[in-house]
Parts: sequence; structure tokens; C-alpha cells
Amino acid sequence: MEESRAAAVQELRARFAAGTTRPAEWRAKQLRGVLRMATEMEAEICDALHADVGKPKTEAHVHEISLVKSSCLFALKNLKKWMKPKKVSCKADDFSLDGQDCKGAPGCCARHLRLELPSLARCVITLIHVYSIVSVLSLDPVIGAIAAGNAVVLKPSEVAPATSSLLAELLPRYIDSTCIKVVEGGVSETTAPLELKWDKIFYTGNSKVGRIVMASAAKHLTPVVLELGGKCPVVVDSNVNLHVTAKRIAAGKWGCNNGQACIAPDFIITTESFAPKLLEALKKVLEKFYGKDPLLSEDLSRVVTPNHFNRLLDLMDDEMVSDKIVFGGQRDEQKLKIAPTIFLDVPLDSAMMKEEIFGPLLPIITVDKIHESLGLINSMTKPLAAYLFTRDSKLQKQFESTISAGGMLLNDTSVHLTNPHLPFGGVGESGTGSYHGRFTFDAFSHGKAVLHRGFGGEAKARYPPYSSAKLKILKGVLAGKLGAHIQAILGFPRGK
Amino acid sequence: MDPMAASVEEIGAAAPQPLGLHAVQHLGELRSTFESGRTRPLAWRQSQLRGLLRLLAEKEEEAFRALHDDLGKHRAEAYRDEVGVLIKSANAALREVGKWVAPEKVWAPLVAFPANAQVVPEPLGVVLIFSCWNFPLGLSLEPLIGAIAAGNAVVLKPSELAPATAKFLEDNIGDYMDATAVKVIQGAPRSGSSSWSTDGTRSSSPHRKISGCPRVARMVMAAASKHLTPVALELGGKCPCIFDSASVGTGRNLQTSVNRVIFAKWSSCAGQACVAIDYILVEERFAPTLIKMLKSTLKRFMADSDQMARIVNARHFQRLSGLLKDPAVAASVLHGGKLDAKNLCIEPTILLNPPLDSAIMTEEIFGPLLPIITAEKIEDSIAFVRARPKPLAVYAFTNCASLKRRIVEETSSGSVTFNDAVVQYGIDTLPFGGVGQSGFGQYHGKYSFEMFSHKKAVLKRGFLVEAMLRYPPWDEQKIAMMRHLYRYDYVRFIFTFFGLSRT
Repeated sequence: MEESRAAAVQELRARFAAGTTRPAEWRAKQLRGVLRMATEMEAEICDALHADVGKPKTEAHVHEISLVKSSCLFALKNLKKWMKPKKVSCKADDFSLDGQDCKGAPGCCARHLRLELPSLARCVITLIHVYSIVSVLSLDPVIGAIAAGNAVVLKPSEVAPATSSLLAELLPRYIDSTCIKVVEGGVSETTAPLELKWDKIFYTGNSKVGRIVMASAAKHLTPVVLELGGKCPVVVDSNVNLHVTAKRIAAGKWGCNNGQACIAPDFIITTESFAPKLLEALKKVLEKFYGKDPLLSEDLSRVVTPNHFNRLLDLMDDEMVSDKIVFGGQRDEQKLKIAPTIFLDVPLDSAMMKEEIFGPLLPIITVDKIHESLGLINSMTKPLAAYLFTRDSKLQKQFESTISAGGMLLNDTSVHLTNPHLPFGGVGESGTGSYHGRFTFDAFSHGKAVLHRGFGGEAKARYPPYSSAKLKILKGVLAGKLGAHIQAILGFPRGK
Repeated sequence: MDPMAASVEEIGAAAPQPLGLHAVQHLGELRSTFESGRTRPLAWRQSQLRGLLRLLAEKEEEAFRALHDDLGKHRAEAYRDEVGVLIKSANAALREVGKWVAPEKVWAPLVAFPANAQVVPEPLGVVLIFSCWNFPLGLSLEPLIGAIAAGNAVVLKPSELAPATAKFLEDNIGDYMDATAVKVIQGAPRSGSSSWSTDGTRSSSPHRKISGCPRVARMVMAAASKHLTPVALELGGKCPCIFDSASVGTGRNLQTSVNRVIFAKWSSCAGQACVAIDYILVEERFAPTLIKMLKSTLKRFMADSDQMARIVNARHFQRLSGLLKDPAVAASVLHGGKLDAKNLCIEPTILLNPPLDSAIMTEEIFGPLLPIITAEKIEDSIAFVRARPKPLAVYAFTNCASLKRRIVEETSSGSVTFNDAVVQYGIDTLPFGGVGQSGFGQYHGKYSFEMFSHKKAVLKRGFLVEAMLRYPPWDEQKIAMMRHLYRYDYVRFIFTFFGLSRT
């Protein structure tokens, strides 16, 4: 196993070194392959997602298939633009002491100095280790890595085995498997590759494993992108359109893998006086979405594994919170299903409020005045996303300037994920680095600075033997003084 | 062995009191300062940058003295490479910071109407900067400029191997900048790193930026992983210089090139610079001419010993002398080689074709020894460079467009500079940073600001328009409408919505 893994990596390095992954045509071909795969194999992919987490077909389509397809299309459309070197300007005081055509005016040296930033593939190989259960989303970073011209190893989560093996089977049929490989397996297959040298590691999952990934990466000084999670808070003010708010919260919480998503709303903060109204609105919406017995609804995903199921039961049945249930609580161990469950005023030191829930349990925390929610959120670790429902523009501004989160959404949940012009990523405990759209391309590229100089205009002042006269000229040049430039170009100081 | 690895051991031997407690107290104070919002307003950031400029103006002589004490740097070199560059960077940041902090509006699709999408830069919080001893002022204050412009509170840990400059910073920063938000700490990197690891209470850990050697960098990154602290590592490598004599020609261009090679090797802290030219690659037939010109120009430029910085300390002097001890390497010395242990001076030394597996050709030299490696054809130098770890910079003196293109496309390095060297450091529209073994993360100019910022995505929506197709219960019509929306095919979407097309 070790040898075959090492051999696979060798093959990838050889292909990269040979320049296979560099031409735009090769990259576009792979992206079209992924697109075809998502189109032709849609039914199979939905089936695998259903097998893994009981994902309803519509959710699979919206959150996974469609996102993969639009990522591919976006990358294909912009590929040439992203690959193009970017010219930058320089000023005369940037040591650009060029002589012949330069009249000494600042900015003239752009003629002699061509500064470029080609975005070149930085990575021979990238390991994308997806430890999340939203498995097809693991293709999103692969799309960006390919667009950036890398060779890639993808390690999908073993917690979603049907999707993992489907990807391992399908990808080689649609894209160049000498340059893009899928590695399956459990914990040892996860940790062993981390001992190898990669050019970049992209990890999606929890912060505990994130730390292990980063510590392993440190041995080879490998840069990492860590897409972690956190407790994404939803602050609900009383001046909102209640029905729409309740629907959007419900869609973000239970309409996506039944709460098992990094950007799912984790808990709500609202005022004590407003909480009952919000609760009623949520109950109504939940009944509309999932019927009177949610465990029977085909539109609700199940919990991914018995381990996670038990973890969630422990959170629910914890005696600190078990008497705070105000809605739901039904569970079916056979089907690994938990109904949407809402809690009111759980203690802040309960397990439910200390760890990321990653499931269909929704605590509502109440405060006296809505502004207190800001202090509460800031007392916790920085989340991947923070949500605010309000019409009060002052509160919006305060929220924006005082809350630090990966991303922020006002009057909605989760949908910022679909905008390819917005960087998606965490900060602090919720991760480092961002992706989506151009940001994925940049994450997997090295922007190499290229400076072209001419031989014209030698400035003696730069070289030893040093003197105070030279120092004077240097000072003038660095301060952008015209006279100093002229002196420098004319070869002052004379003599040595 | 890394050129700077030794510094960890020697520091261990001479370490002052573990600074754990002080560091933790500093961190607590800086966190409070940051959380109070003091470092956020544009006016505060600008005042700090102005303070830094005043420091550099008013304390210039003391700065020159410190740099001379630590490294024997001539004041012209100190100004050219450190003080002057910092003044330029701080002025640029002062001019541009208003633009940098502005949120950037981005496109939001019609389907999200009404929506407003922006990317808002925000400071990371409390950041930690480790700097290196060779440009102790420059490498401390350049990232500081970016960190302050980005609105952070900062801890600066200057290298203990340049103690005079470290003291200069400690004595003066507090007088010119906001001492509740910018602190200088002293001590060994090992005790420095472990003290930060003890801060497990808050998750808003510092972002760290280190310039230095791989061994210490690994230690820092491993420690940072405990708190998931993002790091930027500015390391070094063997920066090659490809000298295409055929296209450079003879006469003035050749002299200019040789001047610039000398500047980039011996005039930059005696070669103790991450961007210094480490070795030269030249065609065999042109090597004699190049060597002759180097020798004669060196004679003119470096007539007095005070024109070149000295080696930083005895340990590095031993390391560099050791590189020359190998008999095969010693036999390849063509010029120089004189060692003055008392004054820690090594004269500019040129070697011709030392063995490729000798230490001088496998480790970063970081000193005034210049190996010249000959090749049959200059194009062979590309494969030579590719076979080695990615350096911080690749240099090439050439007028040949196809060679230039091949170098850019086929080699990988932090940056590439044609027909000059080291000067890319001073251009703040270019990102400065490594790749692979030479590090990751880029800074200078706007890149410094971005390095120390988090770009927060902010999407604002209204309640007005509601798309029922977002919500369960699901059906085929909803899926069909979503297919059209994701392609922004609003026409088909409308047809489906009104039931005018088959799902």
C-alpha cells in the first residue's frame, strides 16, 4: 500500500514536471470532463448521496450537482483571464533608474520595467482531503486546482462511502487519471499521505483534524487551506418579516443535509420577548416543509453514521438541556433519523453550546436587548458564517464591523456560498484561506513576480565604494525627488 | 545544514530568562486593545504610519549605528536597503491605505435580487512578527507597516542575533507608536515559540509571519498549528543567476551586469540575504571573461574593507569557513578566500566549479562566497535550476526573449528578475514571497495589507422577493426551475414557473 501510494505520487510529479497539466487546453478538457460527469451521472450521484445520508434528490441537485456544474462553467469561462499575467506599474523611485528614454519623471520607467504577475501553477500535487459529509462538494476545490494547472490527489471522506467509491470509479472515466487521482480509505489512509511532501494541502472538516493536518504540513513547510466550521450564529431582530425569516432559517438549517453542513445555522439569538413569536413561526414552517411526522418525510436527510447519531443523542439527552426542548425530539435509530428539534434557553456552558452541533438541533438563546447578541458572539470562537435578520441599518453596520466571521449574510442564510465572486473561507478557528471562483484558482497558484529591467541608465550611486555624496543621491531617489533622479542618471557623483 | 539552523542551538546556550510570562501579559493587553476597537479607525492607522516615518527620520543616526554595530553595514547600504526602503513603503501605505480598507463591491446575480455583495477586509487581531538578523530593521518594520495598515495589534520579535537593532526597536517603537497596540519583545526563538503556545485560552491567536530559516520555520508552524494560527514564512534558498553572456555581449552591458551581480552578492549584507545571488551559471567559454570582469570591478568597488558588511557572528563565520575547508572546494577558489576571524570578515571569494555535491552547492551559502558553475549551453541552466529546491528568486542576465520565456515558464521560484537582482524587494507593486522550500505568503505594498487581513464576504438581502422553489416539500418542477436558475437562464425559468414547459 505504501509503495503503491508513493509510486502514484511519483507518477503525478513526473507528469507535472513534464508540463502535462500546464496548457490551457488540457485544463479546459478536464473541466469539461467533470461537467460531463456531473451531467451524465446525475442519477448515480444522487443515488449515492441518498445511500450515504438519505439526501433528497432536490437537495442533491441544488447543493451538489448544480454547484459543481456552475463551478466548472465559471472556471471554463474565466480560465484564460485567470492564467494571464497581470502587468503592474512601478514608480521611478523603485530603483528604476533607467536612463535612455527616461526624462526623470516618475512613472516613466514603466517602459523599461515590465512587471508581471503570471499566475503559475504552484503545486506539483495537491492533496484535498475532504472529511465532510457533503462529498460531491469535494469536487469544487479539485475544479480550481485543475484550472490552476496542478496534479491532484483527492481523498474523499470515508464517512460517506457510497459517494467516495462512486467518485473513485467515475473520475478516471472522465478526466486524465495520470494527473488526477482519487484515494479512498479510513483514518490510516488519511494520515499516511500527510507524511508525504505536497505542494499544498486543502482540508475541509473539523478543527481537531485541521490541527493535525497543519502540524503534519509543518514538517515539509507545506501551505494549507483549512475549511473548518464553527458555531454559526443567527441573530434575529424583532422588526423582520417573520414568515420569510423563519423559512430562510429553516432552509439553511434543515434543508441542507439536515444541519450537517459547515455553514448551517448552529444557534439563534433573539430577544426574550420575540422568542415565542419566532418559535411559532418556525414550527409552522417546519410542519409545512416536513409534515406532521418529519421522520416519515422523504425531504429530510438522515444522520450520516451511527457514531454521529449517538453524538447528537448525547447532546439532546444531556440533562442540562433535555428539559429545554420546545419542539421535535423524535428519533429513529434504525433509520438514523432525528427530527428538527428546537431548544429554548439552554445554558451557555452546556455541551450543545460549546461544540459545533452539526445536526438538526437548534438552540434559541434569548437576550434582553438585541445588541447584547454581539458581545455573546464575540465571546465565542470565530465562526465560518454569521447571520443577522433585521431591518435596522444601524444594527447591520454594527454587526458588520464588530463581528468577525468567515462570511456574513444579512436577512438570509447559506446562499452566499453560491456566489463565485465572494471568497468562501473561515478565520480563526473556522479556518484559513478561501476558495470559490477565482479564489480557488488563486489558492492553488503561486503569483510569481517577474521584473524585466533594461541595461540602460546605470546609477553609480547604488554601488560601493560608498560616500556621503552617494548617500545623498540615494535618499533623493528613494524619496522620488526629480533632481536626485537626474543626478543619478547622469552618473553622479563623479569620480569613484 | 541550514545556514541559520545553528542560531537555535546557540540561542539555547545564551538564552535570557524564559519570556513566557511577559509574552502572555503582552498578549492579554494587546487583545484588549484590539477588542476595544482602537486599532480599527483609518485615522489611527495613519497616525501609526506617520509615527514610524518620524522615527525613521529623527532616529536615523541611531539606526545607522545599530546596523553598523550588528553587521558592520555602511550607512549608505543601511539607507539603501533598509531605512530608505522603509520610508518609501510607509509613505506608500499612508497614501493608499484609504483605498485598501474600502469594501469591494462584487457582482450578485439577478436571481438573488435584491442583494448587495461585498468583500470587506478586516484585521485578523493580534499578529506576531519574527524577523531575521540580516536586515533587522527592514524585515521587522516592513511587515509591521502592513499589519498596522490592516488594523491589527502587533508583537514584534526581532532577531536576537542583531541585538543592537533589537534594542533600538525596543527603545524607540513605544515612543513613536501606540505602545498599547505595538510591542517589541526580546528573546530566543525557542522560548518565544513555546510561550505563545501556552496561550490556549482564546482562539483569536496571533497570525504569525516569520522571516528566517526552514528549521525554525517548521518549529513555528508546528506550534502555530495548535491554535490554527495562519502563518506566512519568508525563507530563502539558493538563488541562481543565469548569465547569458552571448546575448549580454561585451562592453557597457557586460559591465552593467557585472556591477549588478556584485551589488546583489557582496553589497547586500555581504551575501547574507535571502535574495542575494547564491551562485552563477554561465557557458564555459564565457567564464574567463566574466571572472576577469568580476575581479576588476570588485577591486574598484571593494577597495576598503568597510565597504562590505561583516559576517554576523562567530558561529556563521565558522560555518562559512567550513564550506571552504573541503579540499575540492578549496581547490576551486579563484579569487579571495581570505578569512579574518578576529573581525569576522571574509573577503569576496569566487569559486569555479566546486563539486556539485559539496556543502557549498547543496546548502544556501548566505555569505560572500560565489560559486560559478559552467555549462555547455546556457539553456542547460534551466534543467539545473529545476532539479533543485525552489528558491526565493531566479535571476537571469539575458536579452534573449525565448530564454526569458522558458525561465518564467519552466522554473519555479518566488520571483524572477531579468538583468538585475535584489531590486525587486523595493518595488511594492510586486508581491514578495517564496514558494515550496522558499516559503509561502507574499507581502510588500498592498500584499502586506492583505496578508494581515481577513477578507470577509458580506451578502445583504431583502425580504421582498421570495423564491418558493428554495423550500421543501420538493417536486420535479422545483428541480427544473433550479436547473435554469443556476444557468441564469431566466427565460426558461419563467416558462417552467408558469407551467409552460415540460419538466
